[in-house]
Amino acid sequence: MAKRSVSILTRLLTNPSSPFTAPTRSITYMPRPGDGAPRTVTLIPGDGIGPLVTGAVEQVFEAMHAPVHFERYEVRGHMRKVPEEVMESVKRNKVCLKGGLATPVGGGVSSLNMQLRKELDIFASLVNCINVPGLVTRHENVDIVVIRENTEGEYAGLEHEVVPGVVESLKVITKYCSERIARYAFEYAYLNNRKKVTAVHKANIMKLADGLFLESCREVAKAYPGITYNEIIVDNCCMQLVAKPEQFDVMVTPNLYGNLIANTAAGIAGGTGVMPGGNVGAEHAIFEQGASAGNVGNDKIVEQKKANPMALLLSSAMMLKHLQFPTFADRLEIAVKQVIQEGKWRTKDLGGDCTTQEVVDAVIKALD
Amino acid sequence: MSRRSLTLLKNLANSRTQTRSVTYMPRPGDGAPRAVTLIPGDGIGPLVTNAVEQVMEAMHAPIYFEKYDVQGEMSRVPAEVMESIRKNKVCLKGGLKTPVGGGVSSLNVQLRKELDLFASLVNCFNLPGLPTRHENVDIVVIRENTEGEYAGLEHEVVPGVVESLKVITKFCSERIAKYAFEYAYLNNRKKVTAVHKANIMKLADGLFLESCREVAKKYPGITYNEIIVDNCCMQLVAKPEQFDVMVTPNLYGNLVANTAAGIAGGTGVMPGGNVGADHAVFEQGASAGNVGKDSIVRKNKANPVALLLSSAMMLRHLQFPSFADRLETAVKRVISEGKCRTKDLGGQSTTQEVVDAVIAKLE
Repeated sequence: MAKRSVSILTRLLTNPSSPFTAPTRSITYMPRPGDGAPRTVTLIPGDGIGPLVTGAVEQVFEAMHAPVHFERYEVRGHMRKVPEEVMESVKRNKVCLKGGLATPVGGGVSSLNMQLRKELDIFASLVNCINVPGLVTRHENVDIVVIRENTEGEYAGLEHEVVPGVVESLKVITKYCSERIARYAFEYAYLNNRKKVTAVHKANIMKLADGLFLESCREVAKAYPGITYNEIIVDNCCMQLVAKPEQFDVMVTPNLYGNLIANTAAGIAGGTGVMPGGNVGAEHAIFEQGASAGNVGNDKIVEQKKANPMALLLSSAMMLKHLQFPTFADRLEIAVKQVIQEGKWRTKDLGGDCTTQEVVDAVIKALD
Repeated sequence: MSRRSLTLLKNLANSRTQTRSVTYMPRPGDGAPRAVTLIPGDGIGPLVTNAVEQVMEAMHAPIYFEKYDVQGEMSRVPAEVMESIRKNKVCLKGGLKTPVGGGVSSLNVQLRKELDLFASLVNCFNLPGLPTRHENVDIVVIRENTEGEYAGLEHEVVPGVVESLKVITKFCSERIAKYAFEYAYLNNRKKVTAVHKANIMKLADGLFLESCREVAKKYPGITYNEIIVDNCCMQLVAKPEQFDVMVTPNLYGNLVANTAAGIAGGTGVMPGGNVGADHAVFEQGASAGNVGKDSIVRKNKANPVALLLSSAMMLRHLQFPSFADRLETAVKRVISEGKCRTKDLGGQSTTQEVVDAVIAKLE
């Protein structure tokens, strides 16, 4: 489906002056009866710029008359636990859209983002870092999908102070989790016609832990002979990312490395304000801004209302595809990409000076 | 001292006649030759350390090398090598290849732990004449070298479940923070940034941050701030000019150093070293590519610039600043002319050609 929308987009972009003349080949999705029934999605606005950007998504969806209605719940990053009713709602609806939740540094409150992922067993986090046409960056030909294990690894949250001044933090790697993230990565590559999967590790130092991760990846790779599989040590990977990003395609990583690689890749491709992403498990899916840096924003952006809604808009397009509403997804993506390419309405992180609302209005106008 | 050489460099580049000369006044006996342990290492290691040997000879530097062969797949660093380093206090080495998986632990880490080389320093800066995608990069990454995620303590709880310990202690965090601020103070740097993930690893990285904050209070003239590591990675590739000195625990330092080296021109040109209270080991700054690939080894096309600049740092450490200045000036002139460059900088030269160019530029 991504390929079909790309072909529409290519056609539209090569013909900028006459955008909507009759297409020579139309793509018809044939729905089954009842597919148009509205779906409920849990909406968590979050902290900081969260309410701003989720508000943007709500406006665009209304303008499109998308068959989605949101159940909104207020959750703040400094709460101790995600409230019961929110968890029930997500379990019931199976799909959630959220803004960032600010995790306090230090202190005793553990990350609510992590808690959501662990309780719903959302084991894969996916970020698609891709050069957007019209957005000039220092790196060309970037098209990287980072698939990151979301539940264990360095983020197990198991720390203790052995004696005052000495802290141990446990990094847990299990065969079960490594296998399923590897399987997800290869399956993703297979379904999206990707040619290469790269495993990122530091198994020369952490031989048992990352060694186990690598073994699982190698086993799964055998089942997909058509996909090239290779491995790269994480420090070399960071350097290659900034030197020659075109060599990477799909990357599968444990938790911490995935966080850093995703943010680096998002940064080189245009910034975390435009990269879509989501978290998916066997039964549930949560969509949010792709890479985690800046998803809460700073006070200044909140005050001036200049947050970039593009990332969340593109993620909500992924959500629409997940909910089996591909036409709406295509329309939304085309509108957003047109706005980015025209370059008139850009927020500060892309070099412009617009407010969120101006970008939203531009996107709504670009919808057909 | 790096500022003096920069001034020297500018003077040389701008005018042939120097309007201000810098004289180092040695003490009697300062010219006595010093012994330095040399470990060629694996892969491209022998190639690039040999480059350093040739240049040192051409300069008649008062250094002689005690060469020891250490391969990465040995289970321990041989006792005679450790003794030599303890006697000489200074070592220059190429990369030691650490096998992935298997039972052999990293010899690089072993060296650092036994000699207690707690600080690893990489200076990532744009070199004049080498175009990169990022401008105005001048970042020094100071990385804790002995604990953190590289403690090497792992065990398999039950088959299929592995626990790996990340150990952070106040002692180590404090001394790396002290080293970072001292470095900033001595080198006239304005800002120190601590890189952490204390929102998730609250106790471990929280302890690291506390130590940094305590030390920061003693240096009111230096700006101190903190950044979460994922945001840091993105800021590095988006706006690297905001960073000056960065102090980090072990793993983040490894990744941040390699990313910063990559944006500033590649790990083939960034100098660096490891230092402890008593010893110092100099090697290519950032760790990626320090062993190289078979194709580079066969064609002898490894980039010796990083190790040459690191050996200049070593010459300063040994109190031979004029030799260090001459070496750095020659290397930077070769890079800025752009005629002799290895493959990672976009050229096609072999290591030997670059070495000959550097020797020709020495005055």
